[in-house]
Amino acid sequence: MSFSLFNLAFVCGIGLLGIGFYGLMVCRNLIKIVIALQILVKGALLGLVAAGNLNGQVNLGQSMALTVIVADTIVAVMGIALGVQIRRRVGTLDIRELSRLKG
Amino acid sequence: MLLLFLIIVALVFAIQAIRAQHLITSALWLAGVSALCSVLFFLYGAHLVAVIELSVGAGLVTVLFVFAISVAGDDVLEAKPVPPRFLTVGLAVLFILLLGWYVIPGSTASSASVVTNPPLSEVLWQERGLDLIVQIVLIFSGVLGLLGLLAEVKAPLDGSMAREIGARREHDLDALESQILNSQDVVK
Repeated sequence: MSFSLFNLAFVCGIGLLGIGFYGLMVCRNLIKIVIALQILVKGALLGLVAAGNLNGQVNLGQSMALTVIVADTIVAVMGIALGVQIRRRVGTLDIRELSRLKG
Repeated sequence: MLLLFLIIVALVFAIQAIRAQHLITSALWLAGVSALCSVLFFLYGAHLVAVIELSVGAGLVTVLFVFAISVAGDDVLEAKPVPPRFLTVGLAVLFILLLGWYVIPGSTASSASVVTNPPLSEVLWQERGLDLIVQIVLIFSGVLGLLGLLAEVKAPLDGSMAREIGARREHDLDALESQILNSQDVVK
C-alpha cells in the first residue's frame, strides 16, 4: 500500500484524533480538556477536507468543515467561560475536586 | 515531502500541547497545531477553510485561551492521570489502529466516476442552507451564553464596608425619624 496524498491526510487526522482522545482521558485541568477537545476536532476537520478532496467534492467538504469550525469555536468559548466561572466560585479547575462537590 | 514534514510537526505540536505543564504553553502549542492544519487545508484545496481556521482557530481561540488563563490562573496540577497510564495509552493506540484499519485502505482517489463539484456559494447557500441557519443560531446562543457566564458576580461585601454602609443607613433612618417628629410637632 503506497502512502498517497490522501493517506497522509488521513494518517494525520487519525493521529490528531488519537492524541486528542488520549488528552481527554489523561488531563484533569478543565481548560486543558478543552484544548484536547480542540485537537480532536482538528483531526476530524482534516478528515473532512481530505475526504472531500478524495471524492472530487472539495466545496462540499469545505462547507461541512465550516460548520464544524463554528460549532467547535462555540464549544471552546463556552468551555472557557465555564472554566473561568468555576475557578472564581470554587477556586479550582481540577475535575477530580469538582466531582466531589455536592449540593 | 513538505506535506510529510508538516504532518509530523503538527503531530509533535499536538503531543506537546497535551504534555505541557503550563496552560499558557499548552495554548500556544495548540495555536501552532491550528496554523499547521490551516496550511494543510490550503494544500488540499480548501482555501476558505484554511483562512477561517487560521483566523479563528489560531487567532480568536488562542486569544480567548490566553485571556481565560490570565483570569483563572495557570495551575500546575500533578501529571498523574486519573486512570492508569498504561490503560490510557493502550486505549489511545487501539483507537488509532482501529480507525486507521477502517479508514486508510479505502482512501484512494477515485478517478473512474466523474463527480460534479459545484461552486462553493451554491453548496453553501443552497445545498447546505439549513447548516447556515443552525450556525447563525449557534453563534447567537454562544454569544448570549458567554455574556451570561462571564457576567461579573457582585463581590461579597467586605466586613468594614458592610459596617460603613450599615452605619450610614442607620444615620439616614435617624434623620428621617427626627424629620417626621418635627413635622408632627409643627402640625400639633
